[in-house]
Amino acid sequence: MTATVLTPLDLPRVPLEAEAIAPERLAGRSEREVALLPVQIGNATAQLGEFFRVRGAGSDEIRIDGDVSRVKGIGAGMTRGRLVVEGGVGMHAGARMRGGELVVMGDAGAWAGAEMVGGVLRIGGSAGDHAGAAYPGSRRGMTGGALLVGGNAGRELGGVMRRGLIAVRGSAGDYSGFNMIAGSIVLCGGAGRRTAAGMKRGSLVAFRSLELLPTFRYACTYRPEFLALLLRTLRDLFGFAIDARYVSGLYRRYSGDFAELGRGEILIWTSD
Amino acid sequence: MTVRLRIAGARMYDPLRGVDGDVRDLCIEDGRIVERLPGDAPTLDARGLVAMPGGVDMHSHIAGPKVNLARKLQPEDHRDDPQPRTGALRSGTGGTVPSTWTTGYRYAGLGYTTVMEAAVPPSGARSAHAELRETPIVDKGFYVLMGNNEYLMRAIARGEAGSARDFAGWLICAAKAYAIKIVNPGGVAAWKSRRADVRGLDDPVDGLGVTPRQIVRTLAAAAEELALPHPVHIHCNNLGIAGNAATTLETMRAVEGRRAHFTHLQFHSYGGEPGGRPSSKAAEVMEYVNSHPNISVDVGQVMFGPATAMTADGPVGHLLHQLTGRKWVNVDVELETGCGIVPYEYKDRRTIHVLQWAIGLEIFLTARDLWRVVLSTDHPNGGSFLSYPRLMRLLMDRAFRDEEIKKVKANGLEGTSLKDGLDREYSLYEIAIITRAAPARLLGLQARKGHLGPGADADVALYEDNPADREAMFRAPRYVLKGGRLVVEEGQLRSQVFGRTLRAAPSYDRAIEHDVRAFFDRYGTIQFDNFAIADDEVDRP
Repeated sequence: MTATVLTPLDLPRVPLEAEAIAPERLAGRSEREVALLPVQIGNATAQLGEFFRVRGAGSDEIRIDGDVSRVKGIGAGMTRGRLVVEGGVGMHAGARMRGGELVVMGDAGAWAGAEMVGGVLRIGGSAGDHAGAAYPGSRRGMTGGALLVGGNAGRELGGVMRRGLIAVRGSAGDYSGFNMIAGSIVLCGGAGRRTAAGMKRGSLVAFRSLELLPTFRYACTYRPEFLALLLRTLRDLFGFAIDARYVSGLYRRYSGDFAELGRGEILIWTSD
Repeated sequence: MTVRLRIAGARMYDPLRGVDGDVRDLCIEDGRIVERLPGDAPTLDARGLVAMPGGVDMHSHIAGPKVNLARKLQPEDHRDDPQPRTGALRSGTGGTVPSTWTTGYRYAGLGYTTVMEAAVPPSGARSAHAELRETPIVDKGFYVLMGNNEYLMRAIARGEAGSARDFAGWLICAAKAYAIKIVNPGGVAAWKSRRADVRGLDDPVDGLGVTPRQIVRTLAAAAEELALPHPVHIHCNNLGIAGNAATTLETMRAVEGRRAHFTHLQFHSYGGEPGGRPSSKAAEVMEYVNSHPNISVDVGQVMFGPATAMTADGPVGHLLHQLTGRKWVNVDVELETGCGIVPYEYKDRRTIHVLQWAIGLEIFLTARDLWRVVLSTDHPNGGSFLSYPRLMRLLMDRAFRDEEIKKVKANGLEGTSLKDGLDREYSLYEIAIITRAAPARLLGLQARKGHLGPGADADVALYEDNPADREAMFRAPRYVLKGGRLVVEEGQLRSQVFGRTLRAAPSYDRAIEHDVRAFFDRYGTIQFDNFAIADDEVDRP
């Protein structure tokens, strides 16, 4: 299949809202029809073709060959196909996505993969605040799929997460796994303060030491069997490199958050 | 310039005048219905359509501080339901608690043209009027909360029924309200002071020596003596608690034969023991209602789906928060009342919700005098007003109802008469009673609302008859007129007009104001002189 290629032209200073850019909304449309898809700029509706040069008919394969850091909502709600951005993306990229794969080679703005339900979101650079998190008021954040971040992540990573997998290569900001209900978060670098505050259930795994809240209690040091499986899945299925010493290593388990239900766990790798 | 319109050939359902499906012309001149028009008046061809007076919702929550708090509490309620700006219409948000403009549009979109906000604390009157100013199309008003008012309870405790009555009269005028509302009489005040609600009608409220019975009796009498258009509007003690039917019946007796309206009766018709599993006492409660013409009710039907519990009944808000673990707003409204708000969802897989749903339907289907039983969901407590069309179909279409009964968790129907099947089907005429004529009459608005006779406001809803799907029929009226102006045309909301604010202006002994001023000076955070609503704060009084 030939990919549809979108080349960003002169993008305005005001962020563009372009939820139209998703495989299922492009597929089946001619090059001309794709260029006519609506985008929002401020309070005005414009056409995709005013801001992007479109090459090829719409398909399930989309490539954006440039930086779109000021374009919001790319791949939001996508359900299938593959969307590759050879640069950074603005806010809400892949938010509420249900399937398919969204690959961002640069950095992502805030709310990347917010409330995502399924599919894979790969961010080569860093993710902004609230990646994979719940929007204000929502009872659940991410409920499925995988969010993989090659760089750092901002605050409230995976907030109110209910299910799914998040992995961050670099360091994460404050309140990672905030109010987590369930699911798994793997932090290869460090994290900011108040990690997993308010967590009910779920697992937050860290390869570096963390500053823990007093409402987490040390339980034991052990080799969690599920973790080896989880890390191998990350490595083998998603191609997210994990050093062997973490896969087979010992972890200190802290139970919490006892300010809430207290059935969650923070697992911190230990060298001895 | 005189504006005229003849609506020709519609089948009319106008119960206040006993018109049941007759084909007649409706003549409209300058916003009112008139006897006849000159032959050259413009004509709207309504042949084959069903005409009813505009709907009247006598118990809803659409304005005031608690409604606004519910909006702020739930961004997720609005996010997926935007109301885009189109033509002359403003943008807004929907969900279970729509923004003000959207509230007006969506009520009109169902053919409703009069809506009463059922619970505003006196100190929230200013906010309520400000929101009602921005609620288009419908005529609107509100009931002012008095059942836990400190000044009033003290007057009652002193045995000064006259002072209590004059205070009530002053408060109605100061708030520019329409009726007296009681919510959990005495119970909210008791709960605020020691976190324990009152249970029985003769339990004294801490430190005041006043009982719920005295509050109910005094205010029922005050509403009569002040000659208010609507009698006292009562939300009983023990809402939602197993065994509360006994309290409800006792409260009905406590008005001692005076007129009184009992609201969201479904939530007050439970058997069983407090703390235990509730059962249906609809039959017992309805037997009393059916045989006592001084009593009127609205049902407070529960509809499956999202809702927002919002009430002046602070302890109920607290209970729901504890039961569900959902986020919660609690407010102590100084000297006046309380407030609790909890996002909620009714599920057809939950026994208790199914029971509540069934009890509401039992009340509708066993009512003998429909002029005293009004359709409501206590929007948004039992469900959004947008579910009214579905509720109408449940009442009108036995086959549909039976299908719905099959879908719900069966043990919730245990002990209700729905289980054995109630075969009643409402006619269009009867629907017109419970959604238009009866509420208009109970509100004392029958001169101008709830009918299509000469002199009435030209608030008219025209539907395409659809016996196979009453929900579709009532969800999208073909035309809606408000004050003679077309607001819905070919099923589309076209223009926005503004309705009036309905308020009562009883006369009372103004000598009471001296004492009320002293009370404000001593206990209130609002100056007495700043308290009353000025004329220019009210939308088209």
